Amino acid sequence: MLPESLTTYPTAAALADLATGGKFEFGELTVEVAPENILTALHRLKHDLKFERLSNVTGVDRYPAEPRFEVVYHLQCITGKERIRVKARLSGANPEIESAVPVYRSANWYERETFDFFGVRFLNHPNLTRIMMPDDWEGHPLRKDYPMTGYRY
Amino acid sequence: MALATKADTNPDLGITDDLVVERDYEKHQTTPGATRTMVLNMGPQHPSTHGVLRLLLELDGETILKAAPDIGYLHTGIEKEFEAKLYQQGVTLTDRIDYLAPLSNNLVYCLAAEKLLGLEIPPLAQWTRVMLTEFTRLNSHLVWLGTHAIDIGAMSVFLYCFREREEILRIFEMFSGQRMMTSYFRIGGLALPHPRGWQKRVKDFIDIFPSRIDEYEELLTGNRIWTGRTQGVGYISLEDMLDLGVSGPMLRAAGLAHDVRKDAPYSGYEKFDFAVPTRTENDVFARYLVRVAEMRESTRIIRQALEGMPSGSHQADAPGIVLPDREKMKTQMEALIYHFKIVTEGFRVPEGEVYQSVESPRGELGCYMVSDGTQKPYRVHWRGPSFGNLQAIPKMIEGTLIADVIAALGSMDFVLGDTDR
Repeated sequence: MLPESLTTYPTAAALADLATGGKFEFGELTVEVAPENILTALHRLKHDLKFERLSNVTGVDRYPAEPRFEVVYHLQCITGKERIRVKARLSGANPEIESAVPVYRSANWYERETFDFFGVRFLNHPNLTRIMMPDDWEGHPLRKDYPMTGYRY
Repeated sequence: MALATKADTNPDLGITDDLVVERDYEKHQTTPGATRTMVLNMGPQHPSTHGVLRLLLELDGETILKAAPDIGYLHTGIEKEFEAKLYQQGVTLTDRIDYLAPLSNNLVYCLAAEKLLGLEIPPLAQWTRVMLTEFTRLNSHLVWLGTHAIDIGAMSVFLYCFREREEILRIFEMFSGQRMMTSYFRIGGLALPHPRGWQKRVKDFIDIFPSRIDEYEELLTGNRIWTGRTQGVGYISLEDMLDLGVSGPMLRAAGLAHDVRKDAPYSGYEKFDFAVPTRTENDVFARYLVRVAEMRESTRIIRQALEGMPSGSHQADAPGIVLPDREKMKTQMEALIYHFKIVTEGFRVPEGEVYQSVESPRGELGCYMVSDGTQKPYRVHWRGPSFGNLQAIPKMIEGTLIADVIAALGSMDFVLGDTDR
């Protein structure tokens, strides 16, 4: 459900049927959607609401809370000079979400990075491999239960 | 990245992250006389990749069939390190991300933290920030122009560019005490008050700099070798660039007047008069012209900042966040306590999340900061412009000749520290 206070924002209102939450803080609009609706939401934002560019995709680990992972998408509408943050929450046991690559090709590397650092699996991603860490690296370094010094020391 | 992999990429999406070499090898074995392609490994120590970018190129003669960038050689785990540092300590890490534009990085980090804290920055600090970030843009563009020209074969431009860059680094040193890793912008304002005699130094530089830009243009713009190597090279459509996440001068060379300084002004940019140069040719030459025009605009902004520099404090009035004046710290008990507490404990930042973006010399530089109400950031994600821009490389160079790769890569102006973080 979209909070009452957000219904005055056209972008948020357009996502009202998909939203599970949202807020407007520090002049920034955030809309939360269920993971299974993420492609529908992004598709609508790109084609109906003209958010031409996906600025980034990243993750936040809320360990030990559940649902543990947040996948965060920052979108930008260049003509309307508007930005929106879309968020989906994933469980710690099985962090899986549909890849955004069919909608925004720029999601490719950002999702690889999120997979590399958080272990979030993006389904139907064309090449979900590590991008920063070596291929044989164990663990996902930006998880909160991954020690700052690594496991080798 | 595995060199030979059987997993084919999805052709509909135009993504070619993996090179499929085995397939061609098998084809050659079964049908003698069939065209055989060659895989060339360019980098990570190739001089024209300006750092440690590795490119795998699948070639048919001199034509590139597929290109696959491989990054991560300069990954230093800075995003993880942010989570272990106090907010004010994080500033020093930002310098090391994009080492050619340290002050743009300082700025975006400070702006994000200040947004969370709700700090009001005094005009003097804002104008100094604008002035020095524009110097950073000049610094970065000069390194880009020099190295880009040397890649294509123009040796002397490099020497001229570094002559001016040296003077900019001296100005940085004058303000912050450091030539490159300045950390001059702090949460709440500036690290130090202005140095004595800075106006003359800055004025001398901007008085002479426009004539120096003319000098570079005389060497390059009408040069037949330069135009021959750059015009019509490195084309990529605007739609592809937007879809692939490209930002900055690359978009402006394709006719889109998109600049964060104009679209979402920060740090008082709305008070400055400057133009956003654009071109429509969308090739390496157009990107060169756009960046040269940007250098002229930056000089204009610096002149306005110099002439209209407001007076006042260089730090916000926030005793628990900015360090007290040195003199007060030595004479007043309260200031000493604040100093001790800020340095040892840091300060609490209210819970929330912000995304702040600025126009770095390379494009949209974004900082996504999540705070959980403690003294250390819960999560900082760095949206480096080079990372976004590099994704467009395969689209840009596939189907072109191998000699043009150097020019196309140079026109992108990426910094690997920014890509890998």
